[in-house]
Amino acid sequence: MRYLPLTDADRGEMLARVGAATIDDLFVDVPEHARFDGPIPNLPLHASEMAVERHMGRLSRQNLSAGDAPFFLGCGAYRHHVPASVDHIIQRGEFLTAYTPYQPEIAQGTLQMMFEFQTQVARLLGCDLANASMYDGSTACWEAITMARRVTRRAKAILSSGLHPHYVSVANTMAKFTGDVLETGLPELTAEPDTASLIDRIDDDTSCVVVQYPDILGRVSDLSELAAACHAKKALLVAVVTEPVALGALKAPGEMGADIVVGEGQALGVGLQFGGPYCGLFACSEKLVRQMPGRLTGETVDAEGKRGFVLTLSTREQHIRREKATSNICTSSVLCALAMSVHMTLLGEKGLRQLAARNHARACQTADRLAKVPGVEVVNDSFFNEFTVKLSKEARPVVRDLADKGVLAGVSLGRLWPDAEALANGLVIAVTETVTDEDIEALTSGLEEALA
Amino acid sequence: MTINQSGWRPTMGNSGDEVAEVEGATFTGNRALMLEEPLIFERGSVDVTGVDIEDAPKVASRLGGLERNRDIGLPGLSEPETVRHYTRLSRQNYAIDLGLFPLGSCTMKHNPRLNERVARMPGFADVHPLQPVDTVQGAFAVVDELADWLLKLTNMTSIAMSPKAGAHGELCGVLCIKSALEKRGDTERKIVLVPESAHGTNPATAAFAGFKVENIPATPEGRVDLEALKARLGPDVAGVMITNPNTCGLFERDMKAISDAVHDAGGYVYCDGANFNAIVGRVRPGDLGIDAMHINLHKTFSTPHGGGGPGSGPVVLSEALAPFAPLPFVTRQADGSLHLVEEETVGEDHPDSFGRMTAFHGQMGMFTRALTYILSHGADGLRQVAEDSVLNANYILRSLEDVLEAPFGPSGPCMHEAIFSDAGLAEGFSTLDIAKALIDEGFHPMTMYFPLVVHGAMLIEPTETESKGSLDQFIGALRSVAGRAKAGDETLKSAPHFAPRRRLDETQAARKPMLVWKDPVQAEAAE
Repeated sequence: MRYLPLTDADRGEMLARVGAATIDDLFVDVPEHARFDGPIPNLPLHASEMAVERHMGRLSRQNLSAGDAPFFLGCGAYRHHVPASVDHIIQRGEFLTAYTPYQPEIAQGTLQMMFEFQTQVARLLGCDLANASMYDGSTACWEAITMARRVTRRAKAILSSGLHPHYVSVANTMAKFTGDVLETGLPELTAEPDTASLIDRIDDDTSCVVVQYPDILGRVSDLSELAAACHAKKALLVAVVTEPVALGALKAPGEMGADIVVGEGQALGVGLQFGGPYCGLFACSEKLVRQMPGRLTGETVDAEGKRGFVLTLSTREQHIRREKATSNICTSSVLCALAMSVHMTLLGEKGLRQLAARNHARACQTADRLAKVPGVEVVNDSFFNEFTVKLSKEARPVVRDLADKGVLAGVSLGRLWPDAEALANGLVIAVTETVTDEDIEALTSGLEEALA
Repeated sequence: MTINQSGWRPTMGNSGDEVAEVEGATFTGNRALMLEEPLIFERGSVDVTGVDIEDAPKVASRLGGLERNRDIGLPGLSEPETVRHYTRLSRQNYAIDLGLFPLGSCTMKHNPRLNERVARMPGFADVHPLQPVDTVQGAFAVVDELADWLLKLTNMTSIAMSPKAGAHGELCGVLCIKSALEKRGDTERKIVLVPESAHGTNPATAAFAGFKVENIPATPEGRVDLEALKARLGPDVAGVMITNPNTCGLFERDMKAISDAVHDAGGYVYCDGANFNAIVGRVRPGDLGIDAMHINLHKTFSTPHGGGGPGSGPVVLSEALAPFAPLPFVTRQADGSLHLVEEETVGEDHPDSFGRMTAFHGQMGMFTRALTYILSHGADGLRQVAEDSVLNANYILRSLEDVLEAPFGPSGPCMHEAIFSDAGLAEGFSTLDIAKALIDEGFHPMTMYFPLVVHGAMLIEPTETESKGSLDQFIGALRSVAGRAKAGDETLKSAPHFAPRRRLDETQAARKPMLVWKDPVQAEAAE
């Protein structure tokens, strides 16, 4: 067994030291009825590295991977080119196989990286500060709603109809158990987001308004007026960013008055990974820090006065506060945060702006090209790298048909809202820097054929 | 000019608590292989980039007039500078690849690199969660195959794969319990009982799901007090959250009796399965009467911890709780194809699901790693994992109990972790001093001050991937340090002396939080 270093001779010597005749003597506390003797039936025995690799390779090849097809899916998970050095760095054993930095003197590498990540994220989202990451964007979004409840002592959250329906689903699930009251609605296939209606609904019971930017249909809108309306009623504005590359081109939510900005960092450095692991982002204004969930790294000095970093403000956390903790989250996605941080460092401001500009321009080109296809209507006036088209027929089977032709065409709104007939013809198309002219042609001709 | 003002200076311990600086500090703060590294904000520039991006085609912007005009403030580094920055940082970390990492309850075992290679296969790493289901049958096959193993190893009915970490799995289990109670109209059960030896996430989870938490004491020998538990059961109790093997490193002998008592009183049993590696292949939790248990795939089935995450926490469920499992999940159709149950089909297939708890299907990257590890070990190897981890822990326990107080030593064998206390150290010496001195010996310290039921606890978990030779080295080092702590050796109090940093001021960090970097010039101007 290649991962187990003890030899039978070792085991014999060690049992003697322990004072046990056999290994079973060490399991004496397991009552008879709970013991299981011998290998579990119907499960195979151990296998060589080559055999396991062959088996997993076979399963992997049963999937159509994004790199093997013209690819236009977004809606909370984006395909960007990740520089080779990102994966090289996260595979260094000292990062990959370290634990939570409970002993800061020998964990400065991870701690300094987390501090740098917090700073990068805070600046990107336009907030005072950020934590060291959450599970993913959807759980970060729910944590933001509960944080708003703690801050305002109100339980009603208004969720924009432009918020990712899976994020809404997560929040609805949790609210059923916690007593939070959520207001949600279906989006309309129009160029205008629901900002006006959100403003109308804010009242003295509102803890927060949650709005996605750019929203699920790809639309962008100025959040300043909404922020002012929230603040007038002492409610918080929570902004959700699922595509952080957008903030290389767009004004940051924090800059427009959002109090809490959460998001999904996957697009930078992490890769699609079939939905996880991802990198939840969480940022807020300085005055709210003690209500913030998750892990934080802070700067301090050591006994000789040298700068160093430690985990801090842990009195908010479950290992100290137990049932009074701000959240039960006990970890962060540190390795994903590292990947995102390395990618941001490689890009820098200049690279991020270039990347964002290229994403936007390619998306504009694609939208213009698709607008000429009979049966396709582009819904958006404004967008970043993702926009919605309304087809002359139901989008879900169209996506299915295009997959047979080897084109992964986008996310149909029917996949996201199975019961909403009004949305059934909607298709969300994401265009990143990885998309080639040939890809756009394949999508266009595929749609022409499917809609003819 | 000093490039690195706050940098590391090599120091050496001598007698007493005097620590003298080595002659001739260097210009950069670096010395041979000991390297200081400034922050990216101190060395990078907003004009520098380490990627070449093709020019954007000229088009009219459609950003809705929301162009970002102000500087973001993200410094860039060229590729060689980036690689060097992070490589230098990495060298200031201890990791399992460097040596024994005996953190109790954290399970730091060897991370096979085959797992990493497999997780990066394009069919797993480069697929989108919303692709048409028939284009990702291989990915769902991984979920299905892993689920099958986990169900057989635990002898449970059903499994929820989507929880994204251990604590998220706890939440999943507790929500299943709450849903089951609601379904039967039993809504007056608002209390969850949590033994005081439980992980801190257990009470936090119960509270996060809207329950009230009450503690149950431990017996002097480190197990749940069955009589106290029975006495507290009643019509207001929703269930109990229990860790088995528990955080004292002991098997809960009365687990079945606890389950039966809770069930008789109308409640459900949640088991924290963080320590499943101690019993995998030897004990099936389903045989103990539990209703829900999360499995930390990253612990028992070896996903690298990555500095603290990501993890993955699938939850196995009993027949009673299975109907309430979250969306989405994978089922096998009559024709052998795999089908994803989401919101649209939930009505027919799974009407009582409590809903979705994360955006997509869970931690696929962990599923591929866990399945790879499981296939490598097989049913025989997994059993050996449990046996070797328990043997290694008992070897530590019995090799140290003459120099360190082992409060549960007389209780019998431990499971996968051994616990010691600070009793018997010289006046003024603490667990912290022992931990920091171990750093100077070249080891990562054990878990300190946990579990809370033991004063000055030191919880040591060697895991099954340590050789006898590495255990003997660690035992030798700890015997030496313990001897010095009992003899009152003052040098311990200023340890570590040889780490990249000396003891760090955590009080200052909390009192005056500095959580993001600020340009010193601007920061000064702002004050």
